[in-house]
Amino acid sequence: MKKYRAVVLVACTVFALVVLGYLLVRGVHFDVLQPAGAVAKSEKSLMIFAFSIMMLVVIPVFIMLVMFAWKYRAGNDKKVDYRPEWSEHKLLEAAWWGIPVLIILILGTTAWITAHSLDPYRKLDSKVAPLNVQVVALEWKWLFIYPDLGVASVNELPVPVDTPIHFTISADAPMSAFWVPALGTQIYAMNGMSSQLNLIADHSGTFPGYNTNINGEGYAKMKFNVYAKSKAEFTSWVASTRKSPNMMDEATLQKISQPGLMDETVYMLMDNNLYDKVVMKYMKGTMSDKDATGASTQHDMSNMEGM
Amino acid sequence: MDWHWLFGRLDWSYLPHEPITLGAAIGMPLTLVAIAAALTYFKKWGYLWREWITTVDAKRIGIMYGSVAIIMLIRGVFDALMIRSQTALGGPGGSQLFSTDTYQQVFTSHGVIMIFFVAMGLMFALFNIAVPLMIGTRDVAFPFLNAVSFWLFFAGMILVNGSLIFGGFSIGGWLGYPPLTELQYSPGPGVDYWIWSLQIAGIGSLLSGINFFVTILKHRAPGMTFMRMPIFVWSVLVTTVLIMIAFPMLTASLALLSLDRLMGMHFFTSMGGGNPMMYINLIWAWGHPEVYILVMPAFGVFSEVVATFSRKKLFGYKTMVIALVGIMFFSFVVWQHHFFTMGSGADVNAFFGIMTMIIAIPTGVKLFNWLFTMYRGRISFASPMVWFMCFAVTFTIGGVTGVLMAVPAIDFQVHNTLFLVAHFHNVIIGGVVFGYLAAITYWFPKMFGFRLHEGLGKAAAYFWQVGFLLAFMPLYALGLMGAVRRLDSYSDPSWTPFFIVSAVGVVFVGAGIACQVLQIAYSVWKRKTLRAGGDPWDGRTLEWSVPSPAPFYNYAVIPKVSRVDEWWYQKQDGIKAPKDSDYKDIVMPKNTAFGFVIGMTAFAFSGALIWHIWWLVIVTFIAVVAMIIMRTMDDFTEYTIPAAEVMKMDKEARA
Repeated sequence: MKKYRAVVLVACTVFALVVLGYLLVRGVHFDVLQPAGAVAKSEKSLMIFAFSIMMLVVIPVFIMLVMFAWKYRAGNDKKVDYRPEWSEHKLLEAAWWGIPVLIILILGTTAWITAHSLDPYRKLDSKVAPLNVQVVALEWKWLFIYPDLGVASVNELPVPVDTPIHFTISADAPMSAFWVPALGTQIYAMNGMSSQLNLIADHSGTFPGYNTNINGEGYAKMKFNVYAKSKAEFTSWVASTRKSPNMMDEATLQKISQPGLMDETVYMLMDNNLYDKVVMKYMKGTMSDKDATGASTQHDMSNMEGM
Repeated sequence: MDWHWLFGRLDWSYLPHEPITLGAAIGMPLTLVAIAAALTYFKKWGYLWREWITTVDAKRIGIMYGSVAIIMLIRGVFDALMIRSQTALGGPGGSQLFSTDTYQQVFTSHGVIMIFFVAMGLMFALFNIAVPLMIGTRDVAFPFLNAVSFWLFFAGMILVNGSLIFGGFSIGGWLGYPPLTELQYSPGPGVDYWIWSLQIAGIGSLLSGINFFVTILKHRAPGMTFMRMPIFVWSVLVTTVLIMIAFPMLTASLALLSLDRLMGMHFFTSMGGGNPMMYINLIWAWGHPEVYILVMPAFGVFSEVVATFSRKKLFGYKTMVIALVGIMFFSFVVWQHHFFTMGSGADVNAFFGIMTMIIAIPTGVKLFNWLFTMYRGRISFASPMVWFMCFAVTFTIGGVTGVLMAVPAIDFQVHNTLFLVAHFHNVIIGGVVFGYLAAITYWFPKMFGFRLHEGLGKAAAYFWQVGFLLAFMPLYALGLMGAVRRLDSYSDPSWTPFFIVSAVGVVFVGAGIACQVLQIAYSVWKRKTLRAGGDPWDGRTLEWSVPSPAPFYNYAVIPKVSRVDEWWYQKQDGIKAPKDSDYKDIVMPKNTAFGFVIGMTAFAFSGALIWHIWWLVIVTFIAVVAMIIMRTMDDFTEYTIPAAEVMKMDKEARA
């Protein structure tokens, strides 16, 4: 048996890892694979399709690898063909240029089509009129503005089910990214820019949302919750929020823009142009007071002069 | 009294405050003092200076690159262990081993160290060790420049590690996206450490790229046409082309970022007309070719290893070359796939996605060629071949997830999650690291004259492979569960078991490295029984035709080449010892301290810029320029070994 020690070890290890993997994933919820919206669902089926197509090549390759390694091992007692000079075969070589080309042709076409059909900027097909939500990434919280409804919130994003949501996304923070895995597609939130994203929730529930791009110390805690509600529940949420004692205006925005974490909070929206102001803040050629660049640069320059 | 003119912004408040960083800040200098004491005790300073620090011998420079890289590998894995311990404990109700700020510095330095000082270091080690020997030359085209490259690399390495003692490192991730890395958000010295360590090491890499490009073009043995070069040399040639085109982009992007930080300019700020998206494009236009810079030499290594250990000619030499050159071209038109989620529009995303997938074609072809090199071969599973088996499985899985992420609409759901982290470790560990570790085992006897212990080598491969799977398969799952990269706390308790398994995986990788350290120590101890002749693996290429360890002049008589795998066929035809009249005078480069001194001055220059010590910036800058001019004026940089002496040394070595 000593001869097969390595094979037994590898087989046992593979078995142990498979068991461990099974124990780990059993009963666990995968937001990306158990989506709650049309966009995320299409992306999931795309992922499974592309993966399966590739397995058509990968599995035979693994089988060949093991077979060749076994059959042509130096210690093989059986007399096997040994041809040290055999190094060219036009047909075989054409075949393995051809097979990957074919796979990539299929996947490339799929990539082209889905890059367009799932383009984050593309409006979703739905009879329901989309709900506009403006998103601002702050240091380290998310501000959501519902300009048409007169409400705003921090770190909580209530949305009605089966209604397309049209997000416009910007930041008053280092580059961040907006992502709700259960609903699909993430997109960067950047200063002075307005990204767009269209998502939809097809059943109610609470879905976590994340920032996927590091933007400083509070990055990992910069999370929010999407509350997908029935239309009636959503309408009543809007109504009660409009009575909120918290006002969202420039002064409040200034206050919550300071670096730090925040709990979920709702506001009555006092300023319908708030989002545009955040975007335009970075479009000016001059620097605002909040920008420390100017100050520290002057400090550096004075050092140089004193040299 | 104001000392700012003398020390810039350097002061005691920049010393570390946390136990874990404080430990490193005390431990590192103590280790250096201990090493210095040992060198003094054993009276080895002179030896170190004459034989190593001032050397211009490519093999010695290669060994130094390799040694630094292995020490950095240990640091990098320790960083990984810190990262995964923090995340294993970071669940709801968990605790923090150290602060988030330290955590963010640790993953930044982990990435920087692993790419620039481990992978690049090992890569240049292999270039230096193998390329001149494989193409039948005595040294690289510019031996002095080679030493400068190494010492610049070394200077960058000290900067990264020095940041542990004074000031801390960047928190911006290994590529440091602005505006987070601009003064507004990161005023401290951390980002400057990051910029200047990459800048200095990057210039060293560029110089090395030029050096090996010229070496391969101009210094091949007579008769070695391009289509007779070993595939490893081909892989180095295309890699150096990538280095020469890509690295200036890194230098430029970092220079612009440092102008923002030092001079108050606005290339990449959000204010004043700057645009961070420009930086992201520039850095990835370097960054993606960089990935292929690392992996193509590994492909080259496996092309040599599979043919040697299958005792069979490499299948499809021509297709291998075409595939390498194809990858070289395509690697420059894929960079945008690193930010499909920036909103470039469907046409742009689709274009770059498809270009990325196209790279999978030549890569797949290479895998088939290796498989059919094994087919009808006679394979012995020495540890380099074991590494190949691990590579073939692991790298293929990484390729699959890579093609998945090349589909823009799939990338929208996994970008910047732990799925992405798992993917690039999958290709970099499975491809680059396994390849370079195979290469170390393969060429070790040529450098030192004895083999590495086989059993410990295979144990290392086992631990690395199992450790890799344990550490990164859970990360794929976590990514699909919604876990983003670079997090150190999370509120979903079902993530914790995955993070714990991942941390255990890092421990396994650590065990693999322990096996390798033990392997080297044991092999040195038992070097007499492990002694290797010139050709321990029954090799195919020219480097196996010289004695082991390879003499400093590589070849007493420059070989003539008339086919691929010249040495393999020479052995079949019967090796003829050189006639006395074949020996000629050899001209070799003299050792010089300039490489070392220029490197250390560049280190001082960078340190001065980081700490805003302006007088030192000027002094060191002038010093570097002056030294380069002085060296250029020196006409006596070479010496001649007479033919008779060459013959005497060669006969002794062959006896």
